[in-house]
Amino acid sequence: MDFFREHILSFTLFYPLVGVVLVLLPKKDEHVRWLANIWSFAGFLLSLPLVFWFDKNADGMQFQERVNWIPSIGATYHLGIDGISFLLIMLTTLLGFISILCSWSAITTRVKEYYAFFLLLQVGMLGVFMSLDFFLFYVFWEVMLVPMYFIIGIWGGPRKLYAAIKFFLYTLVGSVLMLLSILTLYYAYHTQFGQYTFDIIDLLRVNLPRHTQIWIFLGFFVGFAIKVPMFPFHTWLPDAHVEAPTAGSVILAGVLLKMGTYGFMRFALPLAPLGASDDRIVKLMVTLSLIGIVYGALVSLMQKDWKKLVAYSSVSHLGFCTLGIFAMNPNGLAGSLVQQINHGISTGALFLIVGIVYERRHTREISEYGGLSSIMPIYATLFMIVTMSSIGVPALNGFIGEFTILQGAFEANHLWAGIAVSGVVLGAAYMLWLYQRTMFGPLSNPKNQSLKDLNVRELAVLLPLIAWAFWIGLYPKPYFDILEKPVAKIVERVHPGYYAKAAAAEHATMEPQHPAQVASPPDASAEDHTAHAAAEAGAAK
Amino acid sequence: MDFLNLIWLIPLYPLAGSVLMLFIGRKLEHGHKNNVIGTICAGLVGVAFVHAIGAVVQLVSAPGHFFEKPLYTWVAGLQFHMANGALSRFTADFGYMLDPLSAVMVLVVTGVGFLIHVYSIGYMAHDHGFYRFFGYLNLFMFNMLTLVLASNYVLMFVGWEGVGLCSYLLIGFYFQKKSATDAGKKAFVVNRIGDAAFIIGMFYIFATFGTVNFHHVTEAARNGDLGYGSFVATMITMMLFIGATGKSAQIPLYVWLPDAMEGPTPVSALIHAATMVTAGVYMVARSNALFQLAPDTMHVVAAIGAATAIFAASIGLVQTDIKRVLAYSTVSQLGYMFLACGVGAFWVGIFHVQTHAFFKALLFLGSGSVIHALSGEQDMRKMGALANKIPWTFRFMAAAWIAIAGIPPLAGFFSKDEILWQAFNNEWNGKILWLVGFITAGMTAFYMSRLMFLTFFGKSRVDHEVEHHIHESPMVMLAPLGVLAVLSVVGGWWKSPLEHWLEPVFEHVKSVPATAVEAAGSMEYVLMGLSIGVALAGIFLARYFFLSNPAASERLAANWPGLHRLLLNKYYVDEVYSAVFVDGPVMGKQLGSALSAFDATVVDGGVNGAGWFARGTSSISILWDSWIVDGAVRAVGFVTKLLSFPMRMIQTGFVQNYALAIVGGVLLLGYYLLK
Repeated sequence: MDFFREHILSFTLFYPLVGVVLVLLPKKDEHVRWLANIWSFAGFLLSLPLVFWFDKNADGMQFQERVNWIPSIGATYHLGIDGISFLLIMLTTLLGFISILCSWSAITTRVKEYYAFFLLLQVGMLGVFMSLDFFLFYVFWEVMLVPMYFIIGIWGGPRKLYAAIKFFLYTLVGSVLMLLSILTLYYAYHTQFGQYTFDIIDLLRVNLPRHTQIWIFLGFFVGFAIKVPMFPFHTWLPDAHVEAPTAGSVILAGVLLKMGTYGFMRFALPLAPLGASDDRIVKLMVTLSLIGIVYGALVSLMQKDWKKLVAYSSVSHLGFCTLGIFAMNPNGLAGSLVQQINHGISTGALFLIVGIVYERRHTREISEYGGLSSIMPIYATLFMIVTMSSIGVPALNGFIGEFTILQGAFEANHLWAGIAVSGVVLGAAYMLWLYQRTMFGPLSNPKNQSLKDLNVRELAVLLPLIAWAFWIGLYPKPYFDILEKPVAKIVERVHPGYYAKAAAAEHATMEPQHPAQVASPPDASAEDHTAHAAAEAGAAK
Repeated sequence: MDFLNLIWLIPLYPLAGSVLMLFIGRKLEHGHKNNVIGTICAGLVGVAFVHAIGAVVQLVSAPGHFFEKPLYTWVAGLQFHMANGALSRFTADFGYMLDPLSAVMVLVVTGVGFLIHVYSIGYMAHDHGFYRFFGYLNLFMFNMLTLVLASNYVLMFVGWEGVGLCSYLLIGFYFQKKSATDAGKKAFVVNRIGDAAFIIGMFYIFATFGTVNFHHVTEAARNGDLGYGSFVATMITMMLFIGATGKSAQIPLYVWLPDAMEGPTPVSALIHAATMVTAGVYMVARSNALFQLAPDTMHVVAAIGAATAIFAASIGLVQTDIKRVLAYSTVSQLGYMFLACGVGAFWVGIFHVQTHAFFKALLFLGSGSVIHALSGEQDMRKMGALANKIPWTFRFMAAAWIAIAGIPPLAGFFSKDEILWQAFNNEWNGKILWLVGFITAGMTAFYMSRLMFLTFFGKSRVDHEVEHHIHESPMVMLAPLGVLAVLSVVGGWWKSPLEHWLEPVFEHVKSVPATAVEAAGSMEYVLMGLSIGVALAGIFLARYFFLSNPAASERLAANWPGLHRLLLNKYYVDEVYSAVFVDGPVMGKQLGSALSAFDATVVDGGVNGAGWFARGTSSISILWDSWIVDGAVRAVGFVTKLLSFPMRMIQTGFVQNYALAIVGGVLLLGYYLLK
């Protein structure tokens, strides 16, 4: 048991890889299906002990494993997680299982290869979230592209090749620039400390001037911004989503996009803090995020393709996530991560929902549907709940993420929050219009009149996500507890001294009923970021 | 039983009902057990009402008339810098509180809500989706109760959005009708504009006070933590007020409410008259400590309230759909409530919320009974002379009519007259505000009388097929009407006790106490006489136009065709809005289309262009490679070949040739050496 506990990350990481081999063995498709489903469900169970063993009060990385790998270049096999990666790993193992379960009847050709690729994809994604060594990280980052490329390219829709190649090349271009940043850090470390290492914890010690850090940040930025995707690097996303099979879209939206935001939080901000917090960089990042929020929502509004609409809504939602990151304060960052989980839940569920009717009707044209409420009441109910989760109705998960991000943005600059909040209005508009066009109205299309409501498997796919949505919506405290330490670390890197006034203001936290006591003289807040931002906002008005 | 400590159960009863409907409702309806559904759902609201009474009774003896019950930390965010630079924590409890203000609201919501639930059992009896209706209705009650009982702004916002969601679902209850689902969507999206401002308002509160708890914010504001007339005070209150204009249908966000009449009539009564739409007034009253620090906002509140009151009333003058008249009347009455708040008389605003809940719910339910009797007809031009055919409906509605018109001693008189009096005494443009309210009072009496005369008096204009189906509603619908009729009569008689009861919430408010009537001397009585006079004038004018001399009203419309059309088309606000925001270039569809095209051509064009560029350069490279680079290689070969030509001539492979060359060479060599 102790052995398992010490190496739980490796077990979780490579367990799907064993599955890759195993699913290739059986002869019958039916057997492959059962095996893959059971295997991936067990994979989810295998990761569950993390929930109990993870210590939210611990400083730094947990469950670390470190072995020399290629000593000559300083590459190590170094795994470890903190609260940020922990939550993303749980999202990955759950969605990994759900996406495999939802493919049961959708995939009928090349079944073996399909499940093998999915399990391989799982390894790549988990590896990205667990690696603490850049070399290892880069390997997983690239490995993950291959199965996704085939999943879109083989089991995709009519324009699958275009979409698959676009996805692959676009991401590759970004990761090459990211590699340049990694190598810059790598050589800088050698110059300063006389040895080569790819270990991320070590690389944090590198001391570089601001302008170099800006370049490093920009290299990371291109790699991660394409992955997120941030405006204007987002156009691979609608194509990939539209062409990918349902499960591919679920994983793509649910997990793959989070690698970009994760990259910002884990690498770009802590490793190039001076670059990331440079005024011009922040302005650029926030501007792109805000454009993403509003632009993604407006473009969603006019989509005729159900899946494309959801894909563009992702651009808008991820805009909130990056806005939170570049607010660079505790609530912005923590809210961003919670919203990343939320997006995995609600957008994942939305793709499942499209997939369910797509499997029955083989069209994604919104105008082909209408009035489905009358014959698919359970489906309509769940779709309504997911819609509410997506547009951030309180008591569901989306609200907690958006609200916290907006608070973070507001703290940094009132104007940012003021612009971003329009996404809340537009989000309601495009989602409710979609719902109206598909679910309400008369059931006029004869092809829809014999559609069956959800079966047990489809319910089993959606219900865990909905339960999770309610959990985060009603009791998000555990999430913020888990995120508090890692987020504080990032904030300390980019805004040293953010918590410095904590001691003086502890009073305010303890006794909010007498906030008069916390009023500080104006000169004390002169260099304060908030005051700064507020002044900027004032000037902007 | 400790009703206060179990206060969290009050919203939970109806929630249980809606969860039950989600799981077993369909089975019950298919088993023709609609009465079971109705009993469960209405019963649970009844239980909530009883619990609320118990809690309020216990509140009377509670210290400071205040009780708060935090359940757990809900929003558990991290640290943030307040505006003054101090560090605080972004948290909000899931917790309920009861104070005199929420006590009034909770009683009105559960009481009126219960009556409307009972009424719905009869009204919806023949509708498909009975369980769905009651499930939504119960979910609405949960959210509304969360809204009024919440102990902080963020939890209030849960209820605030939740009622919006239920309103959306219930307006679009007949989801096969496009106009219904359009109206639901419109309501939700327009409300969201207000909600966005509400959110920003909450952030200002967080940044200023470090907390969103009502009690703590109020205390801090009264202790002077927020400067009088400061920019922040104005921002907080303006944002909150914009939020309120969405929910409570004030200019410029009122446009959703008239359309919301697409929902079943009990919904209009419960959500769009008695409870949800008053949430904005409640929120402003709840934040009275903040609003008092922002005189500029108070002026805006008063002005918007007065403007909405007269604006909506003027539209109500000419509408022909019975529910639309009531809808505009509701917008107008909500304007009165904000007028009261804007002049600092928050308690009067709440008083009017309460009286209005009684008579407006009654009017809606009554109109529902009329519509029910006429097999769904809502056009008043096809009504008339119903007083004898549905006598009980008529009698009950008449009580509400007199009440809203402002004739003493019915409920509406007391609250409306108090609003006018408070407005009159306001320092900022008091006389103008009073005059606007006064004219609105006359209009109110006029359009309500018009509604009554067109519906119940005169000649019958009912269609023939409909005529012989006319029937009085069943007891289950009439009984709630009866109770509301009694409340519409007596609902204003506890004005002074109510003012006294609400005092702790609104202390330090500079309004004119009702007890100062004597001190104010004859002015109050003069104004009171005037408002009774204008009400009577409105009634008699309506009687002249629509009863004694129907031709006169047509003549009037014909003589002022422009004005009539303007009012009939509601000042064309909807058209302008949809041209600009929904379909137009500012926001909405046109912009969305343009951006989609932009995305496909420019942004994605860039990517595809990069792809084309790569392929193009690759083709050129192939050409270059095969012609220039490889050409050079081949050229080298060619040149070599060319240069080697003479040599090749020599390398013939014939021994004789080589021998000849050797001989020649030896001869040449010999000649050279021997020379």
